[in-house]
Amino acid sequence: MSDATDSQGLAGRLWGRDPVKVLALLAVIYAVYIALGLAIGFEIRGQINSIATLTFYIGVFGIMALALNLHWGYTGLFNIGIVGFMAIGIYTMAVVSKPAAETASQVGGLGAPLWVGMLAGMVAAAVLGLLVALPALRLRADYLAIVTIAFSEIVRFTLLSRTFQEFRIGDRTIGLGGGSGLLLPFNPLQSFLDVTRLNVLQDALVGLAEPIIGGNADAVINSFLYGVLLLVIVAIYYVVLTRIGRSPFGRVLKAIREDEDATKALGKDTNVVKTKAFMLGCALMGLGGVLWYMQSGAITPNTFRPRLTFFIWIALIIGGAGSNTGSVMGGAVFAAALFQGPRYLQNLVESAVEVDAPSNFAGAVAPIFDSLSVNPFLFYVIDNVRQLQLVFMGLVLIWLMHNRPSGMLGHRKEAAASVSLTRRPAGQTTAADGGRPGAGGGDGDE
Amino acid sequence: MGVSESYERGRDLFQSNPIGFVLGLAVVILVLDMVRKLVTGDVTVARFGLVLKAGVMRGMVIGLAGIGLSLTYSILNFANFAHGDYLTSGAFSGMAVSYLIAGNFGRDASIGALLLVGTGGSVFGGALGVGAVTAPVAVLAGLIVAGVATIGLTLLVDRYVFKPIRDRSGITLLITSIGVAFVLRYLILFVFGGSKRGVTAEQPSLSVGVPGGAVEIGTHDVALFVVAGVLMAGIHLLLQNTKLGKAMRAMSDNEDLARVTGIPTERVVRYTWIIGGGLTGVAGYMFVLWKGTLGFFDGWLLLLLVFAAVILGGIGSIYGAIVGGLVIGITFSMAPIWIPSAFGRAAAFVVMIVILIVKPEGIFGGTSTA
Amino acid sequence: MSDTEVETDPEPSASGAMRDSGAVEGETGPEELADVSLRIENLRKEFGGIVAVDDASFAVESGTITGLIGPNGAGKSTTFNCVTGVYEPTAGTVYFEGEDITGLAPHAVANKGLVRTFQIARELREMTVLENLMLAPKGQRGEALWRSLLPFFRNEVVEQETEILERCWETLDFFEIDHLADEYAKNLSGGQRKLLELARALLTDPEMLLLDEPFAGVNPSLEERLLTHIHDLQEEGYTFLIVEHDMDLIMQHCERIIVMHQGKVLTEGTPADIRSDEEVIEAYLGGEV
Repeated sequence: MSDATDSQGLAGRLWGRDPVKVLALLAVIYAVYIALGLAIGFEIRGQINSIATLTFYIGVFGIMALALNLHWGYTGLFNIGIVGFMAIGIYTMAVVSKPAAETASQVGGLGAPLWVGMLAGMVAAAVLGLLVALPALRLRADYLAIVTIAFSEIVRFTLLSRTFQEFRIGDRTIGLGGGSGLLLPFNPLQSFLDVTRLNVLQDALVGLAEPIIGGNADAVINSFLYGVLLLVIVAIYYVVLTRIGRSPFGRVLKAIREDEDATKALGKDTNVVKTKAFMLGCALMGLGGVLWYMQSGAITPNTFRPRLTFFIWIALIIGGAGSNTGSVMGGAVFAAALFQGPRYLQNLVESAVEVDAPSNFAGAVAPIFDSLSVNPFLFYVIDNVRQLQLVFMGLVLIWLMHNRPSGMLGHRKEAAASVSLTRRPAGQTTAADGGRPGAGGGDGDE
Repeated sequence: MGVSESYERGRDLFQSNPIGFVLGLAVVILVLDMVRKLVTGDVTVARFGLVLKAGVMRGMVIGLAGIGLSLTYSILNFANFAHGDYLTSGAFSGMAVSYLIAGNFGRDASIGALLLVGTGGSVFGGALGVGAVTAPVAVLAGLIVAGVATIGLTLLVDRYVFKPIRDRSGITLLITSIGVAFVLRYLILFVFGGSKRGVTAEQPSLSVGVPGGAVEIGTHDVALFVVAGVLMAGIHLLLQNTKLGKAMRAMSDNEDLARVTGIPTERVVRYTWIIGGGLTGVAGYMFVLWKGTLGFFDGWLLLLLVFAAVILGGIGSIYGAIVGGLVIGITFSMAPIWIPSAFGRAAAFVVMIVILIVKPEGIFGGTSTA
Repeated sequence: MSDTEVETDPEPSASGAMRDSGAVEGETGPEELADVSLRIENLRKEFGGIVAVDDASFAVESGTITGLIGPNGAGKSTTFNCVTGVYEPTAGTVYFEGEDITGLAPHAVANKGLVRTFQIARELREMTVLENLMLAPKGQRGEALWRSLLPFFRNEVVEQETEILERCWETLDFFEIDHLADEYAKNLSGGQRKLLELARALLTDPEMLLLDEPFAGVNPSLEERLLTHIHDLQEEGYTFLIVEHDMDLIMQHCERIIVMHQGKVLTEGTPADIRSDEEVIEAYLGGEV
């Protein structure tokens, strides 16, 4: 039914293709952002900056929603400890790849190459996933939820504690930095561009941009390029996860989601399969954490509060759990409309009018009664967009669960097989006695 | 009852539940180690008393809030992640009223500052003399409003959020409750501001001299203990002796059964929220009164501990929630005697995770509500 | 003895597969059957003091359709669950094809060739009929995560998938549900779900099938089809153990019947034996026959 190939016209047929849907959505999002920027008269530099930021968040939320989709959408594992695995990923990467400390008072790292650190981050997240999986995957979904969120908080407490703030391995001082966090002296984009020789492109872009946006063009261009790099990684995640989804392995995952006991009765070792899927998802979340924060300059433990986990959940639910295309689109919509959108609007308003916001809610409400003036209230709203947007996210989540529990694309039929199931294999006829199981199919009878 | 029989029972216990046996052994070892630390003076009696008191107090709050969570978890069949923010809502609404009364309805400070519980440092509870001895009327009124306002809030949320999707899976409701939690928490932040403020004035206290110092028992320690104790006894009587209580127990055991036998389900659901919401609101208020500070994150920080208590005690069991609350509270407070203090909360979570894995039905599980 | 055999044999074709080894009525020792597929010995299962299965012993001969009957609470389902590894028996042994399989995990039991269906059909709701079937075959190389990912090995997977797909289509034809291939399993009728479950179980290449009330909620024409399929499959050498409430059906279609009552095996024998057994009439049939 959801197959759009029978709908008429080229547009209809194009829309039936998932990449087209994603690209069309991105085009709309970017058009709206640019149009709003132009309407308010943003400078080009500001425009590129805001587009770069937007791209960054579309990328990271897409990556995380895809990883979560492997857990929840495919396998039905209710993981609300995502942020713990992200933290493990980036902290491990930091400890492994940071250069050794120059002075004794500094917290350094092991000085391994960047890619080794990234790999270590993924492995660490997967190993911790195993640690959670061994006892917890047998549990009911709501218990697994509570265990994973408690686990992610334990990770955060560990990162915050003085106990692991710093310690010595041989003659090196390494550590997790405690409450003040860690500095991340990485430039992953530059390393990547240099290795792939794409720095030629980068130089060209900077050269092109310099006359238009003035000095320091490389900062703007680099943040834009990092966003693009993230989108490429989204595409890689998408391909990998879709392959898994369309394999016999993915079929078992889907079956576990539907009915684990029935799957066992067909001879599938569901515990092993679930553990593998959980660990892989955790590794992808760990890498997601690395990609999210490695170029941010510093990390602190309190970045990794559970609300970040819930952002990713909202993104997945918007797109529709179970669909990779939906995950990417949900990540994009969440980033553009719920996460970055309100802040962008705040910027726009603040650049257009002088916002003189009252310092508290009383100051915002009192003028309405005193002098029927709503401006202070509106200013207070604009000033507190970052709080209100979370209220809005909560409302969106409630609305979705009431009205669109299967996401923006609605119900989708994504076959779990490595071959197309829509046609009969060639040369098959319904011969009268050609279709005996056991006798046919090329495998020996008993 | 011979020796061999009790030995045999011990062996059976070990065979039927080896991990539980090991856990029990671990508890015994910790208790013995505590005794050793007290005898050798590693830990003074004063510190022990102080930590134990803090644990019991926190445990009472967690237990009181846990009753509400446990009731909704078993009767409505979902883990309510908004429960922590119900706690916060109770604390803010109650404190707003306490401030208003202690501040003489605007004579000591502007009405706005009082109702917003001194947002942004506009007025301080210490200056207003908020406390059970210094302003008993304000505290009593705050307590009542905290309960009533939270009941109103839970009913409102239920009517518009949970009721329309009552027939869906527990997971759908759980996710929806996360949405509710976001809305409540950040609306509170939007209205009341984000500062963590002191809300109480100095109250009289009783100092009990013990080896190594003194254990101080404050007014609000007593207040919390009395309020929580009375409410727990009340809920026990209600569930045991009234028709409503029996209906709620039936529903927590089997909702379909209750529906078939003609117990008015929606009515029971409503009373569940009334009881659970009321206790939770009061718990939030008493918690804040007892610790003396108030912030929009308080309830959320307590939520996982409340979950821990409810799971420990067995979902649906009132006594389980109370005992679970005490165990979790004491674990939280006592753990720093052995491990770095940053891991007190982590220790409580570990207890919960271990219980989930070893005995998911909880220590009071299987024995239905109350 | 010989008259009972003739009387209860519904299909002439099945008589070849059937060998009554001259068992006496009542306690038929497992060792008296020539070729045993499944044998349970002194199986016991307690739930917190309540004995659900009480030292039950019986055997199922290869290539037969054997019925397991008994009133509600007789322990039939618990026996099934103990045999298939869902429950671990409190005591006793389960042998399948001469091998001790007591306490094996459900998936391991299934992989030995002993596959069950469920009393209430457990179709995988949000998967299509074809996906449901494609899940079943054993030894799928693509169930290894890395093979489904790496380019070179993936070709191998695709090749096998094509074979599996072909087999699944054949099975769909055999059960005459090929028109439902692309339908979600949740949209099937009760009877179609039972067919799907049987088809899915067959695709695992079992030696023996345990069917838990396969005809419950199935309309008469579909029931007829299911029975025909079961007899056809028996001819091909499959062994069946069927739990069923419909006495007439069991009497007509099974060569041997095991009667359970209050967790114990009351008796076993041919339908004629059962019909004339006083104890069974007392316990189960209530004198209606």
